[in-house]
Amino acid sequence: MSHASNAAQLQQAPPLLSVDNIEVIYNGAILAVSGVSLQVLQGSIIALLGANGAGKSTTLKAISGLVQADRAEVSRGTISFDGQSSLHVPANQRVQQGIVHVLEGRHVFAHLSVEENLISGAFVRKPSRQTAKQGLERVYTWFPRLKEKRTLQAGYTSGGEQQMVAIGRALMTHPRLVLLDEPSMGLAPLIVQEIFEIVSELNAKEQVSFLVAEQNIPVSLKHAHYGYVMETGRVVLSGTAESLLNNTALKDAYLGKKKSNSRA
Amino acid sequence: MLFLETLIGGLLAGTMYSLVAIGFVLIYKASGVFNFAQGAILLFSALLLVTLHEHGVPFVLAVLITLVALILLSILIERLVLRPLTNRSPMTLFMATLGVSYVIEGVAQGLMGANVHALDVGIEDVPVFIGDLMISQFDLIAAITAGVLVGVLALLFNKTRIGISLRAVADDTRAALSIGIHLNRIWQIVWAVAGVTGLVAGMLWGTRQGVQFSLSLVVLKALPVLIIGGFTSIGGAIVGGLIVGAGESLGEAYIGPLIGGGITPWFAYFLALAFLFYRPAGIFGERAIERV
Repeated sequence: MSHASNAAQLQQAPPLLSVDNIEVIYNGAILAVSGVSLQVLQGSIIALLGANGAGKSTTLKAISGLVQADRAEVSRGTISFDGQSSLHVPANQRVQQGIVHVLEGRHVFAHLSVEENLISGAFVRKPSRQTAKQGLERVYTWFPRLKEKRTLQAGYTSGGEQQMVAIGRALMTHPRLVLLDEPSMGLAPLIVQEIFEIVSELNAKEQVSFLVAEQNIPVSLKHAHYGYVMETGRVVLSGTAESLLNNTALKDAYLGKKKSNSRA
Repeated sequence: MLFLETLIGGLLAGTMYSLVAIGFVLIYKASGVFNFAQGAILLFSALLLVTLHEHGVPFVLAVLITLVALILLSILIERLVLRPLTNRSPMTLFMATLGVSYVIEGVAQGLMGANVHALDVGIEDVPVFIGDLMISQFDLIAAITAGVLVGVLALLFNKTRIGISLRAVADDTRAALSIGIHLNRIWQIVWAVAGVTGLVAGMLWGTRQGVQFSLSLVVLKALPVLIIGGFTSIGGAIVGGLIVGAGESLGEAYIGPLIGGGITPWFAYFLALAFLFYRPAGIFGERAIERV
């Protein structure tokens, strides 16, 4: 594992996001995540890997503040974004600060048109008509397909297009960090590849940082710089994408010998 | 001719039902709550308006003060009732609105008394003739008012930032949160807008039957309208109101004499029951978009 090199990197620039030893409890009783620490450096793509129920989504929700909507709370540990603690910052203010969460299962506004979906993402910045329009054009450049379907109700677009709407809508908030929860879910391999390539390009050209929760390990490690592996609510392994790809334990657990996914 | 007059009279009267129902639809869409307090809010706004007016406040100013009071009331309800109950079951929220309605009615009557007030908005209830058709002038103006209000709401919903946010919240609350839409603000706005439709409905109904406690019972007339039109569609609330209005009016004229009259109080529920059998989501009830 390359903890050492990562630590050296950290000393050079403070991380954009730093999660330190957090614990998340649902309904005041059910422990979902315990002792999770991770870091996202400015301009990086980080993969958060693990099976169903490992605690990936909960971790992302703790970072975006959406845990509150699930009647859960971060009961221990700290989360800081851009050097400031965000534990007590409401979800909508975290979006203003530059963290946006693309939810698992896409969650487009089904009865709104594709364009209305995208525009709604800009509201948090209270843009002028002109700025909102520029934002739209930027998203249409990244996802030309959405332009063709701009007037269609988002609920009637394909799964891949809905994922693009969800990411495009998130980009409209002008984020510095995008939390992407299972973008590959239910999509054909070619579409998954297309989406990950756009993520990589966004990262390279616009320096948007990504924290991607995925079960699809090969695709996400192909595009990520660094990865964390979660199991039953904890981080059990971390390292550069390359080192994780070569890690035999990870291969055994998720790629070769299938481990049971019973904790759903 | 009698048929046409009865039908038109009924349709016009139906728009007043629609107005009440729209207040329900707005809140139901945005927060999934069947807001039992809508009737109390309607009573409160009409009562405040009429009391202010009786104390010598000019009518327009009284309307403005009532509007401000409605906005404050919406913020209070959101802060004190909805926010602490976020993510509770719809039944819990419904019970809470039941409680809110008692509080509002109690406070309104405690402050302003339980007497019947006459509300005069300056429209006389005299018949006018369009061709050979005799139509109530009041009904006509009420219908036009309802039409204008619906037009304004449609603009609000489709063309403004607030409107798109409202529909976004109605579609997927969690996703709206994820892009930074301020949920509590949206709820306050929705309740205030619903309050305004309540004020307009309260003014019209108050003019017609006097401002009194029983005004809050128009809620019960909105229920069949919603069942027929669907709980999630403003268009449905309008059509539902028209159907109930026309149904009542025609029923009274043609079925009434056969069974001894007095069918207006229950005919709407009879219609609603029929719809429940054949179209439980209502005519315009929003069906979930499902792709296969």
